[in-house]
Amino acid sequence: MNEPEHVPDPPEAMSRRQFIGWGAAAVAGLAIAPGVTLFDLAHGRPAAQAASNKVRWGMLIDTNQCSAGCNDCVTACSRENHLSGGLAPTDSQWVRKMELKDLRSGKTHSLPMLCQHCEHPPCVDVCPTGASFKRADGIVLVDRHICIGCRYCMMACPYKARSFVHADVTGQNPDVPRGKGCVESCTLCVHRIDRDQKPACVEACAAAGHNAMIFGDLNDPHSEISKHIAAYAMTQVRADLALNTAVRYQGL
Amino acid sequence: MPIAYREIEGQSRGYYALLGAFGAVTLAGLASAYYMEHHGHIVTGMTNQIVWGLPHVFAVFLIVAASGVLNVASIASVFGEKLYKPLAPLSGLLAIAMLAGGLAVLMLDLGRADRLIVALTYYNFKSIFALNVFLYTGFFAIVAAYLWTMMERRMNGYSGPVGLAAFIWRLVLTTGTGSIFGFLVARQAYDSALLAPMFIVMSFSYGLAVYILVLIAAYRWSGRPLGDVVLARLKRLLIVFVAAALYFVAVHHLTNLYVAKQQDFEKFILLTGGVYPVLFWAGQVTLGSLAPIVILAHPALGKSHAWISAAALLVVLGALAQMYVTIIGGQAYPLQLFPGMQESSSFFDGVVHPYAPSAPEIMLGLGGVAAAAVIVLIAVKLLRFLPESLDEAS
Repeated sequence: MNEPEHVPDPPEAMSRRQFIGWGAAAVAGLAIAPGVTLFDLAHGRPAAQAASNKVRWGMLIDTNQCSAGCNDCVTACSRENHLSGGLAPTDSQWVRKMELKDLRSGKTHSLPMLCQHCEHPPCVDVCPTGASFKRADGIVLVDRHICIGCRYCMMACPYKARSFVHADVTGQNPDVPRGKGCVESCTLCVHRIDRDQKPACVEACAAAGHNAMIFGDLNDPHSEISKHIAAYAMTQVRADLALNTAVRYQGL
Repeated sequence: MPIAYREIEGQSRGYYALLGAFGAVTLAGLASAYYMEHHGHIVTGMTNQIVWGLPHVFAVFLIVAASGVLNVASIASVFGEKLYKPLAPLSGLLAIAMLAGGLAVLMLDLGRADRLIVALTYYNFKSIFALNVFLYTGFFAIVAAYLWTMMERRMNGYSGPVGLAAFIWRLVLTTGTGSIFGFLVARQAYDSALLAPMFIVMSFSYGLAVYILVLIAAYRWSGRPLGDVVLARLKRLLIVFVAAALYFVAVHHLTNLYVAKQQDFEKFILLTGGVYPVLFWAGQVTLGSLAPIVILAHPALGKSHAWISAAALLVVLGALAQMYVTIIGGQAYPLQLFPGMQESSSFFDGVVHPYAPSAPEIMLGLGGVAAAAVIVLIAVKLLRFLPESLDEAS
């Protein structure tokens, strides 16, 4: 009589120990996966890697291409950074359209004015706590955690590029923290740059077909912006202050 | 003969009325600060164009006057003027009280006053604000030590060197305060090395005016004798300081008028700028400088305690006008980004920025003044700051 054949465990069946092991791994995986995915989405440059001073981000604005009636860069900025878009004297405006008229010739210009991301930023010099700082890649930012809201940087900025948050803010973009009582300004869309995207205003300008704004690395001689700067006459606003701005204007 | 200092009695109805009034204003100032903190600066008259408002006018006045008021003590211990020696402790007390009041206003006007600990633990040493944190706290410590050497008999021997240190420190401190504005390269109203020495001379004038006011009031209200010789000396000194401050103001404006790129700004602040030229000419120059000089130098009026008080009060009001013109007027004039171009934008480029102080700002500013007064009132009751008599005849 044949002894009943020993039936081995089916290969897919798990011991309790294996089950716990795999289960734990699965749970861990579930917990980590979204983070990993987000990490991939969020960082063109890995988070562990510091911003490099080999790069200097800059912007070139061709005022000949900038249209007087167009406000697309401003609305794109408000949309991206969740600004209200209000125009009261207490509302934040990170980028604004300026209309200029030469008092002698009568020639008019239209251009976006924003933080010029100076190499020698006066706002960083005067900030008592170091909340205003310049990142290695030249982007001038405000650390919301140590800004005490003294507004000395606003007094120091030659471009009136900074705004003070006068009231509570709601509906923030998690990438762009803001807060009542702190000073803020154009971040050059640093959260987008770190994902290898262009600033929202530059993208909007291109989408409108104006292409008046070129964004790129001023340190890379082969970048589009560097080639333009090498080829055409450029203006730095308040060049007399010798701040070496990262935003340059063509056609003024 | 040793000087007999004594606490004031501080039991009269007048004393408690004064303490109650200043206490109430201090509390109103604190309530205003809470209100501003809770709602944000939206409830003030300040905007993204006028970023420093009336609280800064009061705060900077108090801080500048605080350093200047110490001069009375310095004249005694640094320059050895015997007549000023009895006046010295009150001078130190006023310096500490006014600095405390001014700093309180400055701090409570911050967007994030709750981050005081951040301001005290994170430093950017290139910032004159950060350096001022050390200059102000150091001033408290040095003046406190100075008062100790003056008021503790065993320590009297050290009052000379400590007084000298305090004198040097206060000069550096006011340099720091003036440089808050002097280092603002972007703005036409400021950006001048002249502002540091100018603020020092202004502090002489503001501080002495406050000192005279408090001295006359304290002696009148406490019924102690105050002689004419002391007051005549202080009064003559005030004439010199007010005139010197006016001289610096004149040089500052004349220099600016000579520079083509500054002429539009000067035209604004001296002529066409609405409230600012009025405050400058009527407030700062006429009522705040010329009128007090005339009163104090007048052979009859200059002898009356009431008129001397009035003149000192005018200097203080003129000082506030000067701070308003300097701080608010300097911001009201638009930044010139593109010289030779007419500018306009949704962010108020190219236009004069309006400003109307709100009630909470006014209360916060006055609260700082009142807080200083409360400190003085309590201190003169608890400690021996005031000589029993300042009558040289007795």
